[in-house]
Amino acid sequence: MWRRSASFVLDKRQLAQASPPHQQILLSSDDMEPNNLPNPNPSTDHGISAYYQTRAEHHAVVTSDWLAQAQAAVTRNAAVPEVLPKIAATGGSRAAGSGKAFSVIDEFNYWRKKPDLAEAVAAIMALAAFIRSSEATTMMELEIELKKASDTLKSWDTTSISLSAGCDLFMRYVTRTSALEYEDFNAAKLRLIERGEKFGEISLKARRTIAMLGQDFVFDGSTILVHGYSRVVLEVLKLAASNRKMFRVLCTEGRPDRTGLRFSNELAQLGVPVKLLIDSAVAYTMDEVDMVFVGADGVVESGGIINMMGTYQIALVAHCMNKPVYVAAESYKFARLYPLDQKDLAPAIRPIEFGVPIPSGVEVERNARDYTPPQYLTLLFTDLGVLTPSVVSDELIQLYL
Amino acid sequence: MDSRRLPRAVIDPKVRQVGFFTSCDPPPARSLSVPADTGASAIVPTDMSSSPPLTDIYITNNSFSSVRIPPPRQVSAEGLHSLGRAAGSTTSVFAHDVLSPHCWEGIQMPIGSYNSSEFMQGKSSMLSPSSSRFDDIDFSEEEATSACLIRTGSGKEAAAFPRSSGEVMMAIKSGANAPAKSALKTASVVKALPEVTGIQAAVPFHFSFEEKDGGTSIEKQNEGIGAARSKQKTTKAERRAIQEVQRAAKAAAKDAGKGAKSTFASSGGALAVAKQAKSAILPSQTKYGSSVASERRVDRNPDKDGKKDVSQSSMQFDDKSRVEKAKRRAAVGHFEARNSVELFRHLPQYEHGPQLQYLESKFFHLDHIHPSVYKVGLQYLTGSTSGGNARCKEMLLAFQEAVMDYSTPPEKTPARDLTSKISSYVSFLIACRPLSISMGNAIRFLKNRIAKLDHNISESEAKSNLLSDIDRFINEKIIVADKVIVHHAVTKIRDGDVLLIYGHSTVVEMILLQAHELGKQFRIVVVDSRPKLEGKALLRKLVMKGLSCTYTHLNAISYIMHEVTRVFLGASSILSNGTIYSRVGTACVAMVSHTFRVPVLICCEAYKFNERVLLDSICSNELGDPDVISKVHGRDGLNDLENCYDATPSDYVSMIVTEHGMIPPTSVPVIFREYGRDQLFF
Repeated sequence: MWRRSASFVLDKRQLAQASPPHQQILLSSDDMEPNNLPNPNPSTDHGISAYYQTRAEHHAVVTSDWLAQAQAAVTRNAAVPEVLPKIAATGGSRAAGSGKAFSVIDEFNYWRKKPDLAEAVAAIMALAAFIRSSEATTMMELEIELKKASDTLKSWDTTSISLSAGCDLFMRYVTRTSALEYEDFNAAKLRLIERGEKFGEISLKARRTIAMLGQDFVFDGSTILVHGYSRVVLEVLKLAASNRKMFRVLCTEGRPDRTGLRFSNELAQLGVPVKLLIDSAVAYTMDEVDMVFVGADGVVESGGIINMMGTYQIALVAHCMNKPVYVAAESYKFARLYPLDQKDLAPAIRPIEFGVPIPSGVEVERNARDYTPPQYLTLLFTDLGVLTPSVVSDELIQLYL
Repeated sequence: MDSRRLPRAVIDPKVRQVGFFTSCDPPPARSLSVPADTGASAIVPTDMSSSPPLTDIYITNNSFSSVRIPPPRQVSAEGLHSLGRAAGSTTSVFAHDVLSPHCWEGIQMPIGSYNSSEFMQGKSSMLSPSSSRFDDIDFSEEEATSACLIRTGSGKEAAAFPRSSGEVMMAIKSGANAPAKSALKTASVVKALPEVTGIQAAVPFHFSFEEKDGGTSIEKQNEGIGAARSKQKTTKAERRAIQEVQRAAKAAAKDAGKGAKSTFASSGGALAVAKQAKSAILPSQTKYGSSVASERRVDRNPDKDGKKDVSQSSMQFDDKSRVEKAKRRAAVGHFEARNSVELFRHLPQYEHGPQLQYLESKFFHLDHIHPSVYKVGLQYLTGSTSGGNARCKEMLLAFQEAVMDYSTPPEKTPARDLTSKISSYVSFLIACRPLSISMGNAIRFLKNRIAKLDHNISESEAKSNLLSDIDRFINEKIIVADKVIVHHAVTKIRDGDVLLIYGHSTVVEMILLQAHELGKQFRIVVVDSRPKLEGKALLRKLVMKGLSCTYTHLNAISYIMHEVTRVFLGASSILSNGTIYSRVGTACVAMVSHTFRVPVLICCEAYKFNERVLLDSICSNELGDPDVISKVHGRDGLNDLENCYDATPSDYVSMIVTEHGMIPPTSVPVIFREYGRDQLFF
């Protein structure tokens, strides 16, 4: 337990400033992130355990050929993290291909490029812009057109949960809003646009609210495991750090897009002690972890979450070791979905680079996310408050009543 | 995002307030006072004007009876040490009650025409242990038998039964803290002194009347004695005499007490005095009286009708005397079960054989039962109509016919007469087979509709309204709901799935057929169990439609579960803690699937939801024919048990599919909150 104490963290921090060898390596790898980032094995073999070397020889896993190929892959993919927009990996690859379907999608893409805007908010902005440009003359007509637009938007990326949740949410507003009571059509229309634009602020505000709620759970001397790159989680940790809480963060690597590296970079810039893990080291380090923080792509009706691949196994391990798993998610990610198991969702396929050619006749699981059932989650931090998983369904039923 | 949280209005929690309460400030000592007024307490009801003064005494003997009387709120100087005595008197009353059941009947003082209301919904049953329910049931008999019952002209609440015939006088204090300890005091002032007046049988125990004027408390003693309370048969004349005495004493008290006077007096005169009194108690007390009076008036109609159907389900059938009572007022006789299992003796025992013959022979005697209801009842009895939806639908259709043929007798309102008619039909149906929870909900819906009939519309109009209401219920809550459920559930069937089903649920059957029509490629495992073997009929239907099926028995469940990817189950009812009340064996299937990590989907219409909470399948169940279990003859001490339902804990359930969407079992109460209020039952 000694390494959980605040004094230890404090000491560590001071040591880090005095450049202890271990910490130095970590920081330096962060600094030269763009070049060094996708290369898991430094070409020099210092530090590789004898056990691993033996294993590599026996199984012929790591060879100099492989290393050369890996090096080539690095140079080829060096720009990838920058090309990928911050938002969803799924959206980025197809952004150019299908943009010409309708102006709403262009609009959506325009909003989506904005760094701080979540996908759901971008969708709502796009729909609001659509209303503005619409030439409908009656409320009914507008509603029908809007429905069409939101359907095209949804079908443009069927795998994105927050996109469809955002569209649904906006449609709920249009169909049940008091705007329908306005006698003047233009007034009603204005009101709808206004609402849509409010969403951008709400999105930012939601993140702040969650940060306020979440940072209370970070106590001095705690060790936090994070998975993936989540802006909400980052916000929580940022606020906690600015409140002078002493904590340590363990970041998973987040293969294959290495989102964990980026996350650790952000945290290191805040001065928070960070340690990187490969994804398979989660169980190994779980005993020193106090809590697990994850974001969510979508929160489903059962109270479970859909998130980046690997969340489920982290939650399972944490559950086994009785560590709390906290989810930070804005309420516009609540989706009226109810997956029964992992395969009960449309898979979000993504390219996976293994760095080596995949042997012929071997399949690759390319799904980008998994479903974590509610029994493995402890609490959800949302802008509606800190909720237990079972409240999610309550909120959803009320919303779609 | 924020705005959607606004419309959530603060809903009054459905808490039934029992006893006296004001809208503004509840008395601090309420909870304390409840047990204490077991002794004997009296108040003067507020609508004195309409009732003769003498008779306006309540004497409640058991605090939990449906007569909710505010404990008098007074304080005496001897508050503390009287507590001990209060306890004494309370216990003595109980002892007495046990000793003389006849007396008990007399004492169960029904108020006016009746006010069982609060208890019937089963919501406040924890406050009303069976005794109160009991006396509700028995009311009419009691009314007839207890000669001593005096009723007022208003007939509402001022029935007086001076069982104690004592002089009821209260100690009163003009102190501000008066309400706090009053109840204790009330009981405590009961004195048991030897009787002087020579009324032998009467048990005049007396309250002392204390007047506190300027800080001194004078205890006025009474001439009474609380002799043997157990022999308590008082004649009317005796009681008169006692009341005369009371009144005289009251007058004396009135003279003596210049300041505060008791509201708690037993005569109208005293009330008048009380009204002028400066005591702090008075306002609240009268308010109590009036609020209860009005509440009662409001409550009576809608709630009364809940009476019979609930009484059946909540009755404890191992209580002999109660069963006797219920039998006497039942439309059709019950038969003794030959063998019953100890643990399940509280449930209505299965009595199919003799019951059927009996009903057949009585066909022409039960002329108050509408033929269509009779038909449905016999169908229940023989088992030709089974399954929650079918039974409910048949029952509603029978009621529809009965309503069609109904004509209001002269000098009766349809709202009341029809309700009692329906109630008698329901008790007939119960005699044939215990109601399912869904049927209970449907009956509640119907009775609510009847109670809410507009008095001004003509009879034919009212009838056509009711008929269309019933139609609407069947259509919306059953037929369309099933379609929506099918629509939802089909999305959870993928190609290559192996679905396991158990029992014979109509909605699950519809789901499978629909999925097949949509061209999904899946396989079905039909699990069945003795003794009903309901799966066979389902299997036949499915195979006819060309679905590929595997048929097995429940014993093989763990063997077959390996290959299953989804489990679809129906439910007889879903309770608010997420417990599934369904065909016996469902819990087993759900548990095995949970162990194998196979998702369990429960398909159930929302009208089958019930606000009750069930933790096991013993408290509430239905017993079937024990003879089908085994045919061992000449055995002693071997009793078969065939229970029809079991309770599946919500942990084993992955999802509940209702017409309101797919929800986790933790969200059942949300459905009540959001839909139950306006839609489900009313």
